[in-house]
Amino acid sequence: MPKKDEKKKFTTVSIPSPLFKKVEERIKGTGFTSVSSYVAYVLREIIAEEEEEEEPFSEEDKERVKERLRALGYID
Amino acid sequence: MPNPHGGKLVNRVLKGQERIAAIENAEDLEKIEVTDAIASDIENLAKGVFSPLEGFMNSEELESVLHLMRLPSDLAWTIPILINAPKSKTAQLSNGDKLALYFKGELLAQMHLEEAYDFDNDELAKHTFGTLDSTHPGVAMVKKLEGIFLGGKVDLINEPKETFDQYKLEPLETRVLFEEKGWKTVVGFQTRNPPHLGHEYVQKTALAFVDGVFINPVIGKKKRGDFKDNVILEAYNALMKSYYLKESVVMSILPFEMRYAGPREAIFHAIVRKNFGCTHFIIGRDHAGVGNFYGPYDAQKIFSDFPDLGISPLFFKSFFFCKRCNAVTNEKACPHNEREHVNFSGTKIRKMLSEGEVPPKELMRPEVAEVIFSHPNPFV
Ligand SMILES: [Zn+2]
Repeated sequence: MPKKDEKKKFTTVSIPSPLFKKVEERIKGTGFTSVSSYVAYVLREIIAEEEEEEEPFSEEDKERVKERLRALGYID
Repeated sequence: MPNPHGGKLVNRVLKGQERIAAIENAEDLEKIEVTDAIASDIENLAKGVFSPLEGFMNSEELESVLHLMRLPSDLAWTIPILINAPKSKTAQLSNGDKLALYFKGELLAQMHLEEAYDFDNDELAKHTFGTLDSTHPGVAMVKKLEGIFLGGKVDLINEPKETFDQYKLEPLETRVLFEEKGWKTVVGFQTRNPPHLGHEYVQKTALAFVDGVFINPVIGKKKRGDFKDNVILEAYNALMKSYYLKESVVMSILPFEMRYAGPREAIFHAIVRKNFGCTHFIIGRDHAGVGNFYGPYDAQKIFSDFPDLGISPLFFKSFFFCKRCNAVTNEKACPHNEREHVNFSGTKIRKMLSEGEVPPKELMRPEVAEVIFSHPNPFV
């Protein structure tokens, strides 16, 4: 089991100081308590947007599923 | 349609030869009898309702979920999914061994043991529920857990026998269904109650922005005094038949035991509906809360920590009936004094119903009340 202070897995990244100061100003009065939490928020948002669309089912699955949906009255 | 959480729908339902082999092998495996709640979790894991989880959490996943509200991969996840077993059962086992999971004496699934680990129940309760107060039903449940936790993937071998199979759709099925209906946007609605007019207005208001509403009642063990599962389903059927367009509504059940973890559970409920194919999810007042453990809108505020959730929450304040407006409305739309308002208190409606009093039609559709009264005892 990890030690207490290792539980929260964080690491450091470097950003230019002027950018840091700008972000610090920006988050004043918002719910963000630190530049780090704001940066994590923004990165997660961007990465989630970039995730590719994926077709989760095949035509074969689809026909089998449609049969059950019809039998249960969900589709005509 | 949104991608399943983590990008791929999990499918660990064994079929054909694989299933037959698993049934034969199960004879020689250590047997563990599971509770209703865990049986539901197993089914949900295997059918992709809990995608990307493929099994019960190991200690690394559990730590991460409790402290960061995320899986080790950084993917949002807020509720521990755990199985416990008596220590005696696992003493002889090593990691990599298989276990046979039984439900009500019938073979349900097999598990690939990754890790058996101890965990402090109080720590688990404190992080999940934000309290150690045993009057919280989730805390009480966690405090009772005994033995050792097991981490590892599960394969469903036999479907658990349930009464409401005709109402049970898995994520693959709802996704095909939404596509067949031509819905590009779908709002999910979580419920554990028969509908009153407040529920109907929330759903129909949301429907103004999306193509369809997916009503997804939670079926499973409930608190004493909650409505019985069949009453909830029949009540919704009556409502949909008389007051909804067939083209814009679908209902199916979610076998799941409520944890009453408030904000954390709200995020979890949203993830589950994303897996079913919903683009939006309704969060009302005190979602998944119990007693006064959470602030009325805590379950809405928590969403600001998850910009990467992949499903959009729709936040609602409570609807009420205003005598001056002569309509169901809410505090954003009605300027009148509170004295003019009749609130949709679940507790009040339950009290009326249990005393044999028909709720006024401003609170509940007569067709819905009729269904409830057709049951001599509609409560758990
Ligand atoms: Zn009014």
